Amino acid sequence: MVAQINAGDTAWILVCCSLVLLMTPALAFFYGGMVRRKNVLSTLTMSYVFMSLIGVQWVLYGYSLAFGSDISGLIGGLNFLGFQGVGAQPNAAYAKTIPHELFASFQMMFAVITPALITGAFVERVKFKSFLLFSLLWATLVYDPLCHWVWGQGGWLKEMGVLDFAGGTVVHIAAGFSALAFALVIGPRKGHGSFPMEPNNIPLTVLGTGLLWVGWFGFNAGSALSANGVAVNALVTTNTSAATAGLVWMLLSSLDGRPSTLGIATGMVVGLAAVTPACGYVTPLAAMAIGAVAAPLSYYAMRFRERRKLDESLDVWACHGMASSWGTIATGLFATVAVNAEGANGLFFGNPGQLGIQILAVIVTIVFSFGMTYVLAKALNMSIGLRVSPMEEEVGLDISSHGERSYS
Amino acid sequence: MLKKIEAIIREDKVNDVREALNDIGIVGMNMFEVRGHGRQGGIQLVGRAGTYQVNMLPKIQINIVLNKRNLDAALDAILKSAYTGETGDGIIFVTPVEDVIRVRTRESGPEAMMYPGDIDEKKKSDGS
Repeated sequence: MVAQINAGDTAWILVCCSLVLLMTPALAFFYGGMVRRKNVLSTLTMSYVFMSLIGVQWVLYGYSLAFGSDISGLIGGLNFLGFQGVGAQPNAAYAKTIPHELFASFQMMFAVITPALITGAFVERVKFKSFLLFSLLWATLVYDPLCHWVWGQGGWLKEMGVLDFAGGTVVHIAAGFSALAFALVIGPRKGHGSFPMEPNNIPLTVLGTGLLWVGWFGFNAGSALSANGVAVNALVTTNTSAATAGLVWMLLSSLDGRPSTLGIATGMVVGLAAVTPACGYVTPLAAMAIGAVAAPLSYYAMRFRERRKLDESLDVWACHGMASSWGTIATGLFATVAVNAEGANGLFFGNPGQLGIQILAVIVTIVFSFGMTYVLAKALNMSIGLRVSPMEEEVGLDISSHGERSYS
Repeated sequence: MLKKIEAIIREDKVNDVREALNDIGIVGMNMFEVRGHGRQGGIQLVGRAGTYQVNMLPKIQINIVLNKRNLDAALDAILKSAYTGETGDGIIFVTPVEDVIRVRTRESGPEAMMYPGDIDEKKKSDGS
């Protein structure tokens, strides 16, 4: 079949590309609202900067490492360096009906937001220079290979038949467990546990949540790479899981006191993260089950993290890592070819093998991202240091790192 | 005899100072966000392109009214907990207070500033 551009598909993915881009500013404000007022700009910058950093890295070599000609199933070749040969003609291996350049750009937005997710682990104390270096290394040595394994033509997990519709492994598990590793290396914020560190502006976080939800339609439904029934199903399952997890979190929060606004918003994001790997393979009712289980899983992971006095500051591990681990495994339970003929059946539809593949993919992603991040963070900590000085931390990173303040 | 302490300290020292005062039994205080500068002037901030000077810096002012006999203990706690050794550690003013009246009970004078578990009781229990 000759690859031919479809105007409807192309228009839809152009829109999705913009929607996913919007998620990075949304995440910046989601995080920015939860830190103390002396670190708002620092937190915003650590998300925004990826639109620049990865915006350049991806065109130069990131896309090629992830989606270039396969080398032993482990990494892409250098044939797409500088987006060379990535043009208006579709690349039939990835998306038959849209320009290759659009596919590459859509993927860029995923590469931009993933490292931004990790920043929640080390806000309010990381040295900006070390953060930038870590991020570039992480994008190159963790994201690009992992992306190739799961989505790249010839990638070994893809060949094995893993189902990850929109990035449960590549984006959320990788970011969540990397956050955990980084938090263990950098250590807690000064005074963590001895006095409450209250969010400076919950309305910003709530606004960020709303924009994330909207952007997630592009993230998940766009991953169909076509304006078709699978995209519609992904949009509906995404909405259903987020809705359910929001409700369940509200209930859990009520049982522990009151239905907290920050809690409801958190539950919504957890539902979105959980359904990401599954959205294009499961029914709306299955998505409801995925969201309903994700909420208590992340809720009690967060409580566990607090009890261990671990300062993984904005709970990237509990929200993204745990929820999406469940979502990826749940894909092996609920997936059905009735939803997506290009997918596979899960355990509940008579294919227990799929569950095994999903569990393996989760374990591989956890071990690889946690291990690599731990080593990278340790190496940087021993060489150039990860933390600002105690005085700079007390003054706040807005002034000490950026020479600015959020509110005059 | 009642005294008022007005301690202007670093924003990031508030928790340390509060804890130090708590430890010796001084729990009642008022806090204000204030702006000002002493001899050190201001700091330089970075704008869209280039830098600019900000003269008025944010500080926290803590006000405490207490009996004169507890003044030295309170001052000592503040001086120790607010200290960094860098310019901008702050300043403390001490003034006499004419009277104090509790709105709910209408108690007045030095007696109105005493409560269970306060610094006087702590001193007594330490002595006995």
